[in-house]
Amino acid sequence: MAALPNEPPVAEAAPLLEAGGLAKHFGPVVALRSADLRVRAGEIHALMGANGAGKSTLVKILTGALTADGGTIKLGGQPRSFSNTAEARKAGLICVYQDPSLLPDLTVMQNLKLTATPIDTFRRYLDKLGLGGFDLQAMPRELARPTLSLLDLARALAIEPRLLLLDEITASLPADLTVRVFNVARQLRSEMRSVIFISHRLAEVSALCDRATVLRDGRTVGVVEPAQGAEERIVKLMLGPVAEEVTRGAAAQAAPSAHEVAVEVRDLRAGILTGVSFTLHFGEVLGVAALEGQGQQELFDCLAGVRRPESGQIVVGGKARTFRHPADAIRAGLVLIPADRIQALLRQRSVRENIALPLVNRIRRWGPISPRREKRRVESAVKRLQIDTRVQSEVRRLSGGNQQKVVVARWLAGGFKTLLCFDPTRGIDIGTKRQIYGLVKELAANGAAVLLFTSELPEIQLACSRVIVLFGGQLVEEMSAAEADEPALLRAAHGLHSVADAT
Amino acid sequence: MAQTAVASQPSRRAGINFGRAVRRYGWTFAVYALFVLLMIITVIIKPDYGPFEWNTLTLAALPLAFAAVAQTVVVLSGGIDLSVGPLMALANVLALRAMLGHDLRYSLGVAALVLLVVTLAGAVNGLTIVLTRVPDIVVTLATSFIWSGLALLVLAKPTPGIPFDVQNLAQGSALSPWIPNALLLLLVIPLLWVPLRRSRAGLSIYAVGSDRNAAFRSGVNLARSRIMAYAVCGFFAGCGGLALSMTTGVGSPLAGTLYTLSGVSAIVLGGVSLAGGRGGMLGPIAAAYILSLIPAVLIYLGIDPNYGQMIQGLLIVLVVMIGGLGVVLRRR
Repeated sequence: MAALPNEPPVAEAAPLLEAGGLAKHFGPVVALRSADLRVRAGEIHALMGANGAGKSTLVKILTGALTADGGTIKLGGQPRSFSNTAEARKAGLICVYQDPSLLPDLTVMQNLKLTATPIDTFRRYLDKLGLGGFDLQAMPRELARPTLSLLDLARALAIEPRLLLLDEITASLPADLTVRVFNVARQLRSEMRSVIFISHRLAEVSALCDRATVLRDGRTVGVVEPAQGAEERIVKLMLGPVAEEVTRGAAAQAAPSAHEVAVEVRDLRAGILTGVSFTLHFGEVLGVAALEGQGQQELFDCLAGVRRPESGQIVVGGKARTFRHPADAIRAGLVLIPADRIQALLRQRSVRENIALPLVNRIRRWGPISPRREKRRVESAVKRLQIDTRVQSEVRRLSGGNQQKVVVARWLAGGFKTLLCFDPTRGIDIGTKRQIYGLVKELAANGAAVLLFTSELPEIQLACSRVIVLFGGQLVEEMSAAEADEPALLRAAHGLHSVADAT
Repeated sequence: MAQTAVASQPSRRAGINFGRAVRRYGWTFAVYALFVLLMIITVIIKPDYGPFEWNTLTLAALPLAFAAVAQTVVVLSGGIDLSVGPLMALANVLALRAMLGHDLRYSLGVAALVLLVVTLAGAVNGLTIVLTRVPDIVVTLATSFIWSGLALLVLAKPTPGIPFDVQNLAQGSALSPWIPNALLLLLVIPLLWVPLRRSRAGLSIYAVGSDRNAAFRSGVNLARSRIMAYAVCGFFAGCGGLALSMTTGVGSPLAGTLYTLSGVSAIVLGGVSLAGGRGGMLGPIAAAYILSLIPAVLIYLGIDPNYGQMIQGLLIVLVVMIGGLGVVLRRR
């Protein structure tokens, strides 16, 4: 174990928070079996685990959003339990979630009033987060998501919490804003307050956190000091005994130009997107790298038929196409896997129905649906993706990773030529992530064309054979996977042109 | 980690922000503009339009305005109350039964008691919805029959007999012929609503309607806020029932029940989002006046006022379509 520079020399400081044997089940589904967590005062503590490991449930119990079925919570040595978030807040425990909890229809000011947040302190933390002079009469409905995240964070900080929980807050933040969040977390640590940090990004965890508690299947399986080099250990803990060696790092090699052109985009303009042209070939995974809001959303929306471009052409199979509706794009073989599973799935319906949905369009337009044919195709897709079907009656009860697999499975069963993946692994654990990237590569190897945007730059090399970089709505860079390591991509994504010279 | 400082947010100083004012209050302005336009048309059609006609309009609009406001509170909280009309009927017949043959002071005491009873009935609606988790539309449909039945038990058929002193509270014009009492009585609405809206309790009504999950995380007591919304709705429905008593002088077990749906029409026209969380009271009040003006205009034009219903329907569809068009255009 690595000795940490900022660790106090005292062997074991009295823990600020001590949770033992926490358990929670929802009907037959056990979310948390026995979770233990000790957080010291003045510590940034990571909470890690695959999707469905119980992180969110644990956070909700600690902040009073859920009541545990069993186990104890001690705060500063005193046994405590919270029956609602307001009580936890009074005790100095507050959580900021990935999706901001500001009410969209109340002004920021009214939101602060609703939670009895002191305005002056809120302003002070806003300054620290780089939003000084922010207009409090703004309506959250009209604000960008990263801004909302920062506002939500500042609101939580304004009550001067003893323990701040950050539940994947960085997932929807661009890199520069992430840095601001880290700085604030470090400041809290220096004031002997504590932070519980949840993120799927190992790099963030090792850069920020003093210790990490790893959960698997609702149990605490280890506490690790995530210094440089401990990443593999954390991954192994999260994956458990079934951890298989996934070929990591070996960039997919492909000879794209040998294959036919799947999609050609010519001088596309839509919203921020100005004059983007590129070709996507069958048999390749073309990566799209960009910071938040550089036109990637517009690009994918146009290709998937969600939005109509202002000018420019999308050429599929040698013909310029106009997609009036996603159905047009699907018919042309272009299918979308959005970042937000909720956009794609019918959450109250079963796994089978969700997978079979596009089949209904095809197998038989009118008249009854043949359950047998449907079942066969659905089952083969489920098997191929190893979808956890224990709770298959309602998709919303699956974990995020499994929900995303259902979206992929739908198109596997439905058939497609070009797969448009828009940040398909957002908020998904490493194990599932690797499966999804493996699958994407396999699909390309079998002749499909894949366009893949991911907000996590290091993952570009894992899956892609070629990368295009968008900045300010323009295509600023094209490189092969071999060149596209994180520093190169980061520089290009920030619009710094001299990449080739610098490296 | 990237250290590049990207200026992600333009920071704006507070001040008058015209674009935002239009976005937020545009609909309300438009509803008032529509009302003024209709009034101008009315005066053109009927050049001798005077205080009497204006008084008649305010009398017709008063119960509807209360019905609309009552529904607005619940809709803002993300619910719906189909029992607003029957609650009004209940208040109406209770008032008649208790006031019959008494003087003004006694009647005012009765009015206060009636308001209390109907507020409690509203709270019962809310409590049932929260406790049983049966959808609001089902619960209030069921209670609408119960309140109607109770109203019929209290008074089997329309009966006149509201004391004249009480009727005069609404029917006269104490200040000036152009400011009828029925217009002044609307002040009950801001008297309760403005302080409530500014309080955390009122904000939490908007909060539960806006995003229930975010409201929960913000520490809002969802059950309490929803029950309160239904109770306030009951109070305003009670005001509506009393308004019916004062404007007609009659207690009728059925008259009030019609106000459920016309109240919903008024809030749609008034710019309250049926999805909850968005809207205010000013729009629905103006909409109540618009909806009450239409039958009068038809009479002035010599058209069968029964067309009024159809015109009301067309108007709502048209207005909502124009509103939708506005949203689409703004997105462009």
